[in-house]
Amino acid sequence: MLIVLPIVIPLVAAAASLTLSRAPRWQRRAGVAGAAALTVAAVALFARVETAGIQATQMGGWPAPFGITLVADLFSALMVLLTAVIGLAVAVYSLADLDEPRVRFGYYPLLHVLLMGVCGAFLTGDLFNLYVWFEVMLTASFVLLALGGGQAQMEGAIKYVTLNLLSSALFLAAAGLIYGTANTLNLADLSLRLAEVQRDHPNLVAALALLLAVAFGIKAGLFPLFFWLPASYHTPPPAVSAVFAGLLTKVGVYALIRVFTLVFPAGGFVHVLLLVLAGLTMLTGVLGAVAQFDMRRILSFHIISQIGYMVLGLGLLACGDETVRRLALAAAVFYIAHHILVKTNLFLISGVVEALRGTGQLRRLGGLSASAWWLAALFAIPAFSLAGIPPLSGFWAKLAVLKAGFLAGRYELVGVALAAGLFTLLSMMKIWNEVFWKTPPNHAGEPPTHAASDRERRPRTARWVPILGLAALTVAIGLWPQPLLRLSDRAAAQLLDPVAYRQAVHLQESLATVVSAPAVAEESAP
Amino acid sequence: MFIALVVVIAGLYTAGLYLVLARSVVRLIFGLALLGNAANLLIFAAGGLARGLPAIVPPGADPPVPPSGHADPVPQALVLTAIVISFALLSFAAVMVSRVCAVTGTDDGDRMMSTET
Repeated sequence: MLIVLPIVIPLVAAAASLTLSRAPRWQRRAGVAGAAALTVAAVALFARVETAGIQATQMGGWPAPFGITLVADLFSALMVLLTAVIGLAVAVYSLADLDEPRVRFGYYPLLHVLLMGVCGAFLTGDLFNLYVWFEVMLTASFVLLALGGGQAQMEGAIKYVTLNLLSSALFLAAAGLIYGTANTLNLADLSLRLAEVQRDHPNLVAALALLLAVAFGIKAGLFPLFFWLPASYHTPPPAVSAVFAGLLTKVGVYALIRVFTLVFPAGGFVHVLLLVLAGLTMLTGVLGAVAQFDMRRILSFHIISQIGYMVLGLGLLACGDETVRRLALAAAVFYIAHHILVKTNLFLISGVVEALRGTGQLRRLGGLSASAWWLAALFAIPAFSLAGIPPLSGFWAKLAVLKAGFLAGRYELVGVALAAGLFTLLSMMKIWNEVFWKTPPNHAGEPPTHAASDRERRPRTARWVPILGLAALTVAIGLWPQPLLRLSDRAAAQLLDPVAYRQAVHLQESLATVVSAPAVAEESAP
Repeated sequence: MFIALVVVIAGLYTAGLYLVLARSVVRLIFGLALLGNAANLLIFAAGGLARGLPAIVPPGADPPVPPSGHADPVPQALVLTAIVISFALLSFAAVMVSRVCAVTGTDDGDRMMSTET
């Protein structure tokens, strides 16, 4: 029951805020209330998974692998919790940031449908159900991106929609072919069946793995599939950019990790390919950011390079040692958690800068530290955390990934990661200087002119509360990393152990396929 | 029969990819539609083709499975879901393309570069 709540609550919140579309003030309140309820449910689910182990529910009562299973292990529960926190932060921030037409055209229902899709993707244990939740999330994001209809938004939307529809088509083809090969779509069952198929047809399984890697790579923003991201992420309002940056690419990374630890045996050539792509991603992301002079464009390129770090952790599974693989996965999980908090915070802060000065162009900004020194301090926390400066969360995340790389013997990738970190610091310093410390140019930006009554009605504190909250979380993780590190380690151990996953799902023997003897012996062993 | 279906799927993928790479964004939408249909047919073919066999057998029937076999219902369910999803997304894409052409004044994808770096 608890495991279904993160999907049902945003659905109810979306429906409620949709029926309230004639009363925007109540719509806003319903939106924030729904996000708060989702956070409570996510905390409860996380507490249950942490104490009681992997939770699973069969939808409709159909036993696995016939029905759709919802599974929450530590990794999923952590991701759902982070989703809920980001949802709450963005919902509160949107109270101040979204203009009336957007709210009336359904911003809050769309936000909750997006949250529902993301939580569903994190909690599902079925490959086609994952496709469906991806589509739910994607449709909501299409509309959120295009809501408002300005030229930049529409041009960004064309690229975003095209490449993500392509990714969906590839995912669908892969899911169909996997069903034809293994006669099941349940992730737990696939971890058994595909291992059998691989003994006879290794190339077929490799092709399927590649197809899925490309499909999820487009979503995650891997090199060379990421070019939709810097073209589209900076076009919608800052609140929408923040939720995209924090959540959407991470669902792609989650899918990569889930599929390439559970379904496809680790150590194949796809993991080595992911290693190489991770290195290239880190590099091209930061090099792209160096050339930009708009705050949100720089941050969009940095999303890409940070994705490279997470996939590096996944790719290090190709190296044989057990402890190294566990450390690499734990580093990836920790990095995802740290990055979600930091990136969303950075986008929210860029929204405040644009609200104060009317532009995000670095050349027209300057001297904000004189009028808003607290904004400078609040920017410093996530910016330096992104660059990896101690004692903030990014330092521990980068340290874990680099240590895993060292122990695995991949010195070239460690070098690339360090160089990318240096360029990240360069970009953050550029924003820091250009926005806050340099003397503003003569034609500096002015605050945007809204109707005065509109501006008075929208609460200003709604902008600061989520930024403060996320910054506090970043500092807390930086000063006390042990709880999150231990959690990531346990999550990594669970990810590397498919037997516990299968046992939680209570797999039954399906009628149409022959179960091989070693697999049966493995299931019945205590 | 199976070979004919495979050829059709390959042809759809080819045409779809060719259209997606075209300059006009309207052709882009046609290409995405073809790619979606090709993926649906691929799922259908991957489930195995059966002619005239039931997909659903009533419970308690004797013998439990008809002697001539049965058609696999799961790919049919997958294709139905995929058709519905791609229909909804395609209708959104069509409206979006019309809006983009109205806002930018052109249907040439190469000219919509204002958000690129």
